[in-house]
Amino acid sequence: MSRVLVLALLLAVGANASAKTPIKMKPGDAAPQFSRTDLQGHPFDLKAQRGKIVLVDFWASWCAPCIVAIPHLSQLQKKYGARGFQVVGISMDDSANTTKETMQKFRFNYPVVLGDAKLGNLYGGVLGLPQQFLIGADGKILAIRSGDFPPAALDKAIAAALKKIGPS
Amino acid sequence: MRLAILAHLLMVLLLAPLTASAAPGDALTIPVEVQIQPAELAAMLKAGDTPPILQVGFSVMYQQAHIPNSQYAGPGNKDDGLLNLKSHVDALPRDRLVVIYCGCCPWEKCPNIAAAYKQLIGMGFTKVKVLYLASNFGADWVDKGYPVTRGG
Repeated sequence: MSRVLVLALLLAVGANASAKTPIKMKPGDAAPQFSRTDLQGHPFDLKAQRGKIVLVDFWASWCAPCIVAIPHLSQLQKKYGARGFQVVGISMDDSANTTKETMQKFRFNYPVVLGDAKLGNLYGGVLGLPQQFLIGADGKILAIRSGDFPPAALDKAIAAALKKIGPS
Repeated sequence: MRLAILAHLLMVLLLAPLTASAAPGDALTIPVEVQIQPAELAAMLKAGDTPPILQVGFSVMYQQAHIPNSQYAGPGNKDDGLLNLKSHVDALPRDRLVVIYCGCCPWEKCPNIAAAYKQLIGMGFTKVKVLYLASNFGADWVDKGYPVTRGG
């Protein structure tokens, strides 16, 4: 009987731990590390991007402003990729198939991984889209953006971050 | 200029199949008088007055955090989601207060909430309240300190 009680207690503690309040991210915090195989079939490890300026873009097929942003992000990847800039998309779609369908409609020139609640919580809870984290060469968060925002402002922020790590 | 217009038209066409049941912007058709502000709903919950609350957005969002005792109905922009919503409320009296919310995106861009609202009205519900989340569930509910349940 006591063993059953101990087991029940352990299960309850475990359930509580998995549902704990995520830590809200802010600029200056170390970007949470993650590695996953992207939907193009290649491994993606955020840690391996150290030294680059990285834009982590949480998006989904159902998010109209996210979809509108895709061509802009591809353009930024093309414009700044050679200078050490990398976009990674994290799809918060409920299924990989939905994301893959969207990826057939738009030209992605950057990796896209399938996100989930665990990855969302790792970044403080992604409870609304779009949401983007601009990460510096040292792996620390430079800026967090959510909702609609003008692509020009993002371009400016990336250019400023790249200026700090090398010649233009 | 022509190129920009063409690009915009192309984007609209590409977005169309992604939002089959409801277009982003439909939330603007939801009457203000049926909208309920987060503070008002939070006060109701605090007072122990808990109507049926249904999340009509996406499961990844619900799994991260949701309003305590709210049920996951599924996205209003999918037929499956609307069917699921119907099955959740079908047994309720039509004059029962029912609250729905999404908060996946900024209000005017939400693809779910208007379709879910129309579904309930179409079923004959007379006291539907739609939680007004201007930016998203995180910014307008969680960050305000209103109660949440974490995990699916």
